Amino acid sequence: MTDSALHIPAETVRAPRARFWHDLSFWGLLPSRLLMGFALILPIFIIAAVSVATRGAYGGFTWDFNLAGYSQILFNEGWTGELEFTPQYLLIIGRTFLLAGATTLICLLFAVPVAYFISRQPPGRKAALVYLVTLPFWVSMILRVYAWMIILGKDGTLPKLLETLGFPAGMSFMFNDGATLTAMVYTAMPLMVLPVFASIEKLDGTLIEASHDLYGDRWVTLRRVILPLTAPGLTAGAILVFVPSLGAVLEPILMGGGKQMMMGSLIQLQFGGGRNWPFGAAIAMALMALVMVFLIFTALRAAQREATP
Amino acid sequence: MTEPKAIEVKSVSKSFGAYQALKSVSFDIGSNEFFTILGPSGCGKTTLLRMLAGFESPDAGSILLNGKEVVAIPPHKRRVNTVFQSYALFPHMTLEQNVAYGLENLGWEQGRIKTRVGEMLERVHMGPMARRKPAQLSGGQRQRIALARALAPEPEVLLLDEPLSALDLKLRQAMRDELRTLQRDTGITFVFVTHDQEEALDMSDRIAVLGGGEVQQIGTPAEIYEEPVNRFVADFVGETNFLDVEVLETTGGEATIRTPFGLSITVPATGPTAKGRATLSVRPEKINLGNQAEGITFEGRITNKNYMGGYTHYTLDVAGTELRASRRNASREGDTIPLGATVPVGFVAGSARVLAA
Repeated sequence: MTDSALHIPAETVRAPRARFWHDLSFWGLLPSRLLMGFALILPIFIIAAVSVATRGAYGGFTWDFNLAGYSQILFNEGWTGELEFTPQYLLIIGRTFLLAGATTLICLLFAVPVAYFISRQPPGRKAALVYLVTLPFWVSMILRVYAWMIILGKDGTLPKLLETLGFPAGMSFMFNDGATLTAMVYTAMPLMVLPVFASIEKLDGTLIEASHDLYGDRWVTLRRVILPLTAPGLTAGAILVFVPSLGAVLEPILMGGGKQMMMGSLIQLQFGGGRNWPFGAAIAMALMALVMVFLIFTALRAAQREATP
Repeated sequence: MTEPKAIEVKSVSKSFGAYQALKSVSFDIGSNEFFTILGPSGCGKTTLLRMLAGFESPDAGSILLNGKEVVAIPPHKRRVNTVFQSYALFPHMTLEQNVAYGLENLGWEQGRIKTRVGEMLERVHMGPMARRKPAQLSGGQRQRIALARALAPEPEVLLLDEPLSALDLKLRQAMRDELRTLQRDTGITFVFVTHDQEEALDMSDRIAVLGGGEVQQIGTPAEIYEEPVNRFVADFVGETNFLDVEVLETTGGEATIRTPFGLSITVPATGPTAKGRATLSVRPEKINLGNQAEGITFEGRITNKNYMGGYTHYTLDVAGTELRASRRNASREGDTIPLGATVPVGFVAGSARVLAA
């Protein structure tokens, strides 16, 4: 070290740090801090606390530390108190990821052409079409899912239509994973179309022309120019669709008939009819952990893409 | 003439809604020619270029590329490449990848692509930057990459859409020379679109002046400048004086006219063949002053004077008619005519043109 007697450590030269309540931005941000604290952080802590509490005899819970909620995800408690492995909840977790993944993929496949089509319209029609995409948000989600029951269910619109086309009468498309998936895709579609539209809209049209000019056909242009340049929008849309889809409650209950459960409906059941709050809270924590893993993975990949020259 | 034609445009029309962008436009472009489409904004020149590239199709008429009808052929199947006004470099690709893009789509093998890309980057002096991305380049460098990318696939025709308009003045002059050299070296037909008449005169083998969706005149730069066929061309290309004159008599390519200041003179005419009102165009540098006055001479009074260094611009009052003249300052004595002086004024009959009113 070459410290001389006159050397002053850098820290002491800096202006003394102002107390945080002297900082105006602290007060400006206070409302949002309070909202986040009470509406997001606090509930998560409550759920985390409940997940390690003990199930009450008649529902509810008591504040005794207990990991039974978590062990229940993988193990069944036998008559004599021994734990035996059970895959039933793992299957539900697997189905949840499968359905959410399928929802994301199907939404992507539909949203890209739709967004591309909208972006090519004249300004007035463009605004109208974007408005139409968001229109379902104005209607309660329960009503929207019920509408699908009317379309797919017994004596519904689709079976009736097929009947007139010569198919056997009385067909029903309800109460299976396909019905659940249909409603999930329908519900999530605007969340995919909007970010994809935003990124396609930003795409410079002359780049597409340049690709065609340089002997790229439609497929090459899509693969080498449009997709790489709209990747951020596609990723945003995928996250916006995949994450809420993992927590889908209404669709598996109403469309899947409640038997083909997903994590969301399972949690709902534990807080309701199942009367096992610690178990419900433990699944919720598990779901949150899995979403975290997914988000961290996506963020790392995005950072990697940025870093490559 | 049996000279091969790179492009034949035959009575091409195009409307956008009620607006008629092109009204039955026809012209031919020879092989290895540096051909410029010159016109003010909104004259239809960009539409025409986009049709050659295949991004627009004409409502009527046909376009032949090396004798083959191409109207129905999509852009990616035309051996034509474009240098876009905004360059349109792919931002997510390196310069190398940008230049290789067209070659890959044409199915060239890797080794050949590598050689060709290296060669093209060298040619535009961008070799050391091959691994950079477009965002790291200056405007002039982007311009060079756009050129390299468009020339790499050895197109039959290179289209350039106002490629110099985004550059600053000094760079523009340098790029003009580079473009011209590139065209001579490669022997590729260049179709250059611009609204800058100076650029057009400087670089082109031939120029088509486009105005109001119609071809006004096609010719060499000197023909366009010295022998404009109508008022639009004379006005758009270079500076000129327009005088309202009366045609007394026309014979062959000449007309005898009466000027507003009372002279009767005989000058070349390209417009009117009948007697009546017409316009006389005389370029300022063709008007000589003082002891240099020759040809048709009269007198004028200097009402304004702008010293420009190499030139001095004079505004003259000739019996109530305003005339502008410019005089080269070949020596310090060039700028000696004082304001307010009445001096002899003259121009050679052959340097003026009578045009339709």
